[in-house]
Amino acid sequence: MNPDDGLVPRIPVGEWAETGIDWLKANLAWLFDAFRWLMEFLVGNFTEALLFLPALVMIPLLALLAWAVRSWRMGIGTLVMMIVVVAMDQWTPMLQTMALVIVATLFAVIIAVPLGILAAMNSTVSAIVKPIMDFMQTMPAFVYLIPAVTFFSIGLVPGMFSTIIFALPPGVRMTELGIRQVDSETVEAGESFGANRGQILRGIQLPLAIPTIMAGVNQVIMLALSMAVIAGMAGTEGSGKLVVQAISTLDLPLGVEAGLGVVVLAVFLDRVTAALGDPGDYKSSLLAVLRRRRTASPA
Amino acid sequence: MPPAITADGLYKVFGRRPARGVEALRQGRTRDELRDEGLTAAVIDASFSVEPGENFVVMGLSGSGKSTLIRMVNGLLPASAGELRIGDDVLSSMSPGKVREVRRKRVSMVFQHFALLPHRTVGENAAYGLEVSGLNRADREKRATEALEMVGLKGWGGYRPSALSGGMQQRVGLARALAAGTDIMLMDEAFSALDPLIRRDMQDQLIELQQKLDKTILFITHDLNEAMRIGDRIAMMRDGRIEQIGTSDEILNEPANDYVARFIQDVDRSRVMTAQNILERPSETLGEDHGPRTAHRMLRETQNPWLVALHRDRTPLGVLWEEDVAEAVRTGRDELPWVPGREMPVVSYDTPIADLFAPSAHHLNPLIVVDEDGKFLGVIPRVTLLTAAGTGHGENGDTVTTVGAPDAAGGDALPGTTHDTLGGDR
Ligand SMILES: Nc1ncnc2c1ncn2[C@@H]1O[C@H](COP(=O)(O)OP(=O)(O)O)[C@@H](O)[C@H]1O
Ligand SMILES: [Mg+2]
Repeated sequence: MNPDDGLVPRIPVGEWAETGIDWLKANLAWLFDAFRWLMEFLVGNFTEALLFLPALVMIPLLALLAWAVRSWRMGIGTLVMMIVVVAMDQWTPMLQTMALVIVATLFAVIIAVPLGILAAMNSTVSAIVKPIMDFMQTMPAFVYLIPAVTFFSIGLVPGMFSTIIFALPPGVRMTELGIRQVDSETVEAGESFGANRGQILRGIQLPLAIPTIMAGVNQVIMLALSMAVIAGMAGTEGSGKLVVQAISTLDLPLGVEAGLGVVVLAVFLDRVTAALGDPGDYKSSLLAVLRRRRTASPA
Repeated sequence: MPPAITADGLYKVFGRRPARGVEALRQGRTRDELRDEGLTAAVIDASFSVEPGENFVVMGLSGSGKSTLIRMVNGLLPASAGELRIGDDVLSSMSPGKVREVRRKRVSMVFQHFALLPHRTVGENAAYGLEVSGLNRADREKRATEALEMVGLKGWGGYRPSALSGGMQQRVGLARALAAGTDIMLMDEAFSALDPLIRRDMQDQLIELQQKLDKTILFITHDLNEAMRIGDRIAMMRDGRIEQIGTSDEILNEPANDYVARFIQDVDRSRVMTAQNILERPSETLGEDHGPRTAHRMLRETQNPWLVALHRDRTPLGVLWEEDVAEAVRTGRDELPWVPGREMPVVSYDTPIADLFAPSAHHLNPLIVVDEDGKFLGVIPRVTLLTAAGTGHGENGDTVTTVGAPDAAGGDALPGTTHDTLGGDR
């Protein structure tokens, strides 16, 4: 196959990786167990909570949320799209995927933001973190499923694991970028009045980096969603599993309906989180209107 | 009392191994030679001291190291060599915590581009220094409100900085520094980003505030007119070195070298120089109880067509003209011949030259200059005034119109400020 066979010896990178992962599995079993327990607990309960209310109660609530942070048009759009999802019988898998995405995003952000802060404050950390993040993001998403399944066998947990890993990088990158972008004279102003590192971080850098960090979170959510679909291959419940099932049985109707469920979820999450990042941009949102009314009325 | 700020042989070299750069500079290597090795010598052997209550201006072109210098004063940049003292305390020997303490209690700063926190209100911005030092909310709000009032921003505390004009934003920056209650204020090109008119306002206000609050100010600018307007003393900086330190008069009249001399050619002298810089002391003045005959003798000796008469306490009494005195002598009168309509234009010693043209144009008499007690100091004949402002040499005979832009050939009346060798390249 390879004309240079014999000249360049075969390097068994893949086998080394396998050996390494076996070692991890043998020695860090307690950690994996803890992770498994935590994920099953969180996602399980969150899914149940989302499914607790009937769809016809839940949908107006989500529409209200969209109106509150963005606009009444977004609220109506949400209402219509979600009802279509229910009508396609995709409501439960969509909410399962939503729970997965939200919990995975939460974890990714909890890891990514502190890491991004460290990278912004320390160039050495940045130089180490950056290539790792590049690696994590360019590695084909499916590849994460293999060790994930080795660690956790099939089901929800390997899906969560690979989703968190895959969605992490933009969170780190945008946090670092957001903090580094803060005008250096403004940071100097903080220093010159005697603020210490923590005061500068809390009082100046983080508040001014919020829009960029939120743009990062938005990307994290989108990546988490795309990975959550792929995680269906590992047997994680949700829209993704239906898509995978549709592919393997060449079931076009099911594929289209499950796929539309994912699209609706993506649009909803994207628009809502984008609006959370830049509340000033959405003047017709319910919250902005209420705030204006409060400041306009005599105090 | 020790000086508020003392810099002693300060160096700042950017790049790898700055100590090596300092050593090379001390051995006489130049800034350019260091640059070839990838080192930037931003400040070289700077020594100066700022007295409490003084307004000390550092003036130099862009890139001359002014910002670097001022940032060493509050430790934002550590010096590569040399010593910096705030009062008696040596900055480089302090722990980071102690340096922060100095910044909270003793040295505050105003920035060129305001550096306000956009996510906080004007009031919260003004209170920032106090918040950082852990003062409780009520007290810091009270002091921030006072500071905002002082800079003329009463009632703006609840707005965001973005709702304010540039000049107002810098007032917030000033209020933030004032509210911190430090004795020393560092101002890095604080007014450079403002429109000329607003800038003048801010300069006036700064001078006023300083007189009222007795702050020590280290002010950075690239504008010599601004330096001369507000500085008690000025340090002229070039390529990292301080070329001369002196009052504006000293720098205008005795520039230490060609560089400074070339620089001050751009100064609008009529704004910086005042009556006392150009007045002439007549060799004779007439006492109040002398008669026309004495006046006549004096006029012959002084060779002027006019003579100043003074009260016994040396306040001006009036001006006599040669032809009137001669007439009085001829007709044998005993009283001095005061001529109505030729009343006497009296100006204070600190009137800028620019403001002398109007009175001079309205009177034939020379301007009489008095000190703060109203006592006679000297006179400014019209011709002296015109020469001092560097006018009257224009090819097309333009005179007063070119007052704002004196050319190099014009400064005849100011010994030491004209350098013919430099005149050619202007
Ligand atoms: N952090 C830095 N790193 C490297 N060089 C710097 C740094 N800060 C300033 N310099 C250089 O030092 C010199 C003086 O800069 P600066 O103090 O900002 O001058 P000024 O304020 O008078 O315009 C310039 O050549 C500038 O490029
Ligand atoms: Mg500067």
